[in-house]
Amino acid sequence: MKKGIISVLASVISILVGLLFGLLLLILVNSSQAFPKFGELLTAGVSNLPKLAKVLYQAAPLIMTGLAVAFAFKTGLFNIGASGQYTVGAFCALLCAIVFQLPWWVCLLASFVAGAIWGFFPGLFKALFNVNEVITSIMFNWIGMMAVNLLCMNLKNADGKLVMLPIAWVSSPIKDRTAALSYANPNAIIPKAGLDKLFNSNYMNISIFIAIAIAILLWVVLNRTTFGYELKACGYNKNASIYAGINAKRNIVLSMMISGAMAGLGGGLYYLSGTAEYTIQKVLLPMGFNGISVALLATSNPIGSIFSALFISYIQVGGESLQPVYAKEMIDIIIAVIIYLSAFALLTKTIISKYIRTDKSNVNEESKAAPVPAAVTGNAEDGAGLLPDTAKKTTEESEGVEK
Amino acid sequence: MSEYVIEMLNITKEFPGIKANDNITLQLKRGEVHALLGENGAGKSTLMSVLFGLYQAEQGTIKKDGQVVQINNPNDANALHIGMVHQHFKLVEIFSVLDNIILGAEPNKMGFLQKAEARKKVVALSEKYGLQVDPDAKIEDISVGMQQRVEILKMLYRDNDILIFDEPTAVLTPQEIDELMEIMRNFTKEGKSILFITHKLNEIMAVADRCTVLRKGKCIGTVEIKNTTKEELSRMMVGRTVQLEVEKGAQNLGDVVLDVKGVTVPSKLHSNNAVKDVSFQVRAGEIVCLAGIEGNGQTQFVYALTGLDKMSAGSISLCGHDITKAKIRDRSKLGMSHIPEDRHKHGLVLDFSLEENLVLQRYWQPEFQKSGFIRSQEVRKYAEKLIQQYDIRSGQGPITAARAMSGGNQQKAIIAREIDKNPELLVAVQPTRGLDVGAIENVHKQLVAQRDAGKAVLLVSLELEEVMSVPDRILVMYEGEIVGEFDPKHVTVEELGLYMAGAKNMYREVGVGTQVPEKEGNEA
Repeated sequence: MKKGIISVLASVISILVGLLFGLLLLILVNSSQAFPKFGELLTAGVSNLPKLAKVLYQAAPLIMTGLAVAFAFKTGLFNIGASGQYTVGAFCALLCAIVFQLPWWVCLLASFVAGAIWGFFPGLFKALFNVNEVITSIMFNWIGMMAVNLLCMNLKNADGKLVMLPIAWVSSPIKDRTAALSYANPNAIIPKAGLDKLFNSNYMNISIFIAIAIAILLWVVLNRTTFGYELKACGYNKNASIYAGINAKRNIVLSMMISGAMAGLGGGLYYLSGTAEYTIQKVLLPMGFNGISVALLATSNPIGSIFSALFISYIQVGGESLQPVYAKEMIDIIIAVIIYLSAFALLTKTIISKYIRTDKSNVNEESKAAPVPAAVTGNAEDGAGLLPDTAKKTTEESEGVEK
Repeated sequence: MSEYVIEMLNITKEFPGIKANDNITLQLKRGEVHALLGENGAGKSTLMSVLFGLYQAEQGTIKKDGQVVQINNPNDANALHIGMVHQHFKLVEIFSVLDNIILGAEPNKMGFLQKAEARKKVVALSEKYGLQVDPDAKIEDISVGMQQRVEILKMLYRDNDILIFDEPTAVLTPQEIDELMEIMRNFTKEGKSILFITHKLNEIMAVADRCTVLRKGKCIGTVEIKNTTKEELSRMMVGRTVQLEVEKGAQNLGDVVLDVKGVTVPSKLHSNNAVKDVSFQVRAGEIVCLAGIEGNGQTQFVYALTGLDKMSAGSISLCGHDITKAKIRDRSKLGMSHIPEDRHKHGLVLDFSLEENLVLQRYWQPEFQKSGFIRSQEVRKYAEKLIQQYDIRSGQGPITAARAMSGGNQQKAIIAREIDKNPELLVAVQPTRGLDVGAIENVHKQLVAQRDAGKAVLLVSLELEEVMSVPDRILVMYEGEIVGEFDPKHVTVEELGLYMAGAKNMYREVGVGTQVPEKEGNEA
């Protein structure tokens, strides 16, 4: 069996196990409704076109944050700051849209650049002072969110009006969210290209295609260009890349910038849809952290991120259909369990490999040899590390998918 | 009781694309040193991994004292008193020696460690077998030789009586090798049995009782050492007659290629300099060998020379260009190739495929990229050419993960990459470390070919045999200084040894208080 097939199989099995646990939870909470509601959870995403539109609508930013994390994993970095980069990206997109009245594509570009800047600092600290990027990017999550809150609440225009808030445009008492683009600047809404009519949903626009295109682009960069070759070399073995004359420090900074740009663009895609306003946050936006699940489930493959983001978005939309039989929090827990177990793809992969191995050693008639790459055994032995180690394994093992 | 303590009968183990062990039978007698000889990638390590439970064989049986046993993991092996010292040590760097020895078999009372008891046992063992260690030193602070003694004590602590040594001498200095041989003999006197994986014929002749030879996964035969010769063994191993001497043509000296003046490198471990005011030249058409005992500044000097580390004083010029402060890539462009000492740290990106590793120094050249896109077909073609030309063996050819290749073939890949760059100066640091005689012969031929083609070669070596046979000129380094320069034709090994140990210096008086140097170790 090929490594790639094992990867896909591992993801599928993880998802199934996750779903099974979700079902158990449903039964535990309310057994009479569990089965019909579980059915709805599974089918809601495709039950009608508007629901499907919502799946795609939420998947687009999720693909982007997933790409942010996956790309960083591939280059040996753990970008846990996707949430902050996403928030800052969203803010800059809205700033360009509302305050500067720029068209949508300029706003998207702004979110891209803002995310890159927010990734630049952790990268710089890592490259120059060897400060672990996990710590810096967690701090930058909070700095980003707080700064965005502060600016949204306090930015004033020449007339002294709070320009980011609805009050500057219409008479409205709402003070905890930004002005809707529908009246503030309709030009900044991402084009719908007739898709809203096709899907009969206001949520539908071209963002999902932008996200998919960028995922493919990223795959090409990683696997077909000298730039991607250098980035991966630095990620896998920094010493060897230095030995080969590659500027490892520059590459660390660039990796974090690209990763941040992905997350930032995700923020732009979501908040320029015209159907979402930025609400003053007290907690970090979960979109960035869901990106970690997306990346893990996709074993860091950019193309895989498309599918895992679609899956997670699908489950989220399905979860909404559980209301009001199940409490909102309960639904969140169930979704979390499903996503959490799904992200065990790597563990499942090891188990599958092991199973095949023991299977072969007992049953000798099978002709093909068991694929036990030295790497698998090696990893199992020194599995002492924490998350960054997981990240490394992710990058290692996802190789199979691409080849 | 059966005559054999361990029997591995008709073992077959396959990996994708390769039969690592093909119907191999190995029988180990009680109280003998049994050598397992074979080229790189012949299947020695795989066979031992099967015995140690790291791999499961597809076919064949393992018997202990005549009973069939199933070994599914290293714990099973341990229960059968089988212990193994791996080629790359499995030690926790930041733990103390004692902690490492008891790790996995910690004596405890209700969950509380009983270290005093363990310490007593470790100290007793180390005294009994002459395995000197400091139980409280951290692994990262002790020499490679001592690390190996820790690994051996680990086996003894677990009362193992079947000891597997996987290429134990590859990382040792000549003195340490002699000590190890002595220790092995002591073990057999105690009734312990030893499986000794190696490809160094001298060691087999010195210590082994019997030897089983593997070639390309097949068992060639088992011979009694007293009835055989080195030549016979090497013929069995390689399948042809190996030339143990290095053949060189007449020398044709050219211009100065490398000019090193007063290079000084600060040490990362202590306030002294690791390299002190080193000056020498290497000319086109000669092989200059930097010899010395490990840890006398060779590593640091090479780091400075190749740009991996900074120097605090001095200058280096390559073909007339000053490269004192040049970037690594620029040094490479000016014609420097570097076969690094540590192939896993610097030489290879283990998670890359073989072909990706083969273009590691050249991927940016127009031959392999067009406006930023890698020309994969060219890379594949080039990789296939090198694989053919340098006989790099691997499971799946160009797409094999470097990690999955045997150590010797990894080294061959690096050598192929560096030599094929057609450098003006080849810096080869211990290029034959861990290679078998066939491969060593090949590497030496390549080095000589470079010299004959009018290139300069700087060889850094710890192996006396290599130091005496390959170069045209020998520079001995001791405590960061060059203490002597010799023509290998006019110097004896003994004389060289005196300089290496610091007892003699060509350029200044040696003080009475001169001591054996403290180990510099492998710095980060």
